Amino acid sequence: MINEALSYDVAHILAGGMLLVSFMLLYQDRMYGLLNIFALHAFVLSLSVAWEAYVNHSPHLYVTAVIALVLKAIIIPTALHRIVQRLGIHRTVETTVGIGATMLVGIGLVALSMALMLPVTDAADPLARQDLAFALSIILLGLLMMVTRRNAVGQVVGLMSIENGLILAAAGANGMPLVVEISVAFSVLVAFMVIGIFLFRIRERFDTVDVHVLDSFRGERR
Amino acid sequence: MMFDLFIQGIQMLVVLLLAPLLTGLVRRVKARLLRRRGPSIIQPYRDLFRLMRKEAVLADNASWLFRIAPYWIFATTWVAASLVPTFATGLIFSWAADLIVIVALLGSARFFLALAGLDIGTSFGGLGSSREVMIASLAEPALIMVVFTVAMIAGSTQLSTVSTFMLSPEVGLRVSLGLALVALIIVAVAENSRLPVDNPSTHLEVTMIHEAMILEYSGRHLAVIEIASSLNLLLYVSLISSIFFPWGLADANAAPIDLLTGLVFYVFKLVLSGCLLATFETSIAKMRVFRVPQFIGTALMMALLAALLMFVTRSL
Repeated sequence: MINEALSYDVAHILAGGMLLVSFMLLYQDRMYGLLNIFALHAFVLSLSVAWEAYVNHSPHLYVTAVIALVLKAIIIPTALHRIVQRLGIHRTVETTVGIGATMLVGIGLVALSMALMLPVTDAADPLARQDLAFALSIILLGLLMMVTRRNAVGQVVGLMSIENGLILAAAGANGMPLVVEISVAFSVLVAFMVIGIFLFRIRERFDTVDVHVLDSFRGERR
Repeated sequence: MMFDLFIQGIQMLVVLLLAPLLTGLVRRVKARLLRRRGPSIIQPYRDLFRLMRKEAVLADNASWLFRIAPYWIFATTWVAASLVPTFATGLIFSWAADLIVIVALLGSARFFLALAGLDIGTSFGGLGSSREVMIASLAEPALIMVVFTVAMIAGSTQLSTVSTFMLSPEVGLRVSLGLALVALIIVAVAENSRLPVDNPSTHLEVTMIHEAMILEYSGRHLAVIEIASSLNLLLYVSLISSIFFPWGLADANAAPIDLLTGLVFYVFKLVLSGCLLATFETSIAKMRVFRVPQFIGTALMMALLAALLMFVTRSL
């Protein structure tokens, strides 16, 4: 059997890699690049969950990993590719708040989540502990991404990356029932469809998917 | 005692003698990759001897600073380069081979270089200095963060301890190390004025940085500065290889034969990294100056992240 240290290190690398990919999502400002990195994010998630299943001998986590792989690393990115193509925004470069500032805020959020998580989970198993800390940072980074993106597709990707973070937390906490897992996965899929339809509606109405138009439509001033 | 001093002396000579060779190798490989014949690999030595024999021309308004700066830069860089373990750890001065000392030595060299660029008062020099300082203000914090990360992992900032620790099996797989490595490589590229940041092979470009600062130097001053910048490149290569790839380093009380194998390993590492650097440089284009802060900012971010991630590892 593999030893403790190695299993911990691999889990650490995978979860840390996910966090890094989250930063890449924040950094990326091209449409297709964003979608490809999102697929990578989900792929690393599924690897991480599969490793968790392997070391903890919990076969139901394999199901989670497969769901993450098929649904989020293959189906949703492909569908988003299609949407982007049909909306004709594949050449759009997203204008975000400013990469440097976003990155610094991101680092701050990671520091915050570590400062928050580590004292709270002092007694927990180290594997679960680091997974929780990473998951919280990934969730916060996803939120940050939703805040800083102007383009609706970017916000969708932010939402999906939050969901990835949640799955990581659930896998690390060693026991989300399979039913919950499957229902979460499918509700995300449903949400994705709704958002997809919503995107086309926004475009029909405003001829753009830049959500700032919504602000002016509501009469808000910037 | 005498033997230890002798080994340390060998180390100082090795870095000094190999530095122009590394520069020559990189130039040669780059030329070959571009399907040019390229200058001979020992061309930098010839250049240096040539420059040494030539007359040094000084501007009328050059102050004493302008004259001592080359020697100062050369001295600090040489000391820093000979402190980094190249073929053996545990040399007689390895107690001084502290990462923070090395960063400080390099910082002081850069400070004097920027001052020398400003001293004459030509517009090119000032431009180069201001850009150099802009880059340094981002690269140096990144370097310091890398140092902190490595020190947190190895429990020491002393380079021979770090190298010995990295050779031991208790290092394990760590994300922080990977991030620190990438950050250090970006810093090395930026600090040596290599391609995405600055073009090392031109004297006639508005975007040049390093060459703009030393434009007024000639003769032996220029030779000394040139060898200092070769030494700087060698230093970063040995720094990266001694922290992240310390295989083949002879340990503290090694027999002479081990030292020789260490030396062979070191030369091999130099050749490998020279080829990698040349390949990297031929495969990318130079960045606009205003994108450079973003590029180096990535290094800073990665180094920060590496240090942060250390807090969720098993050791802390």
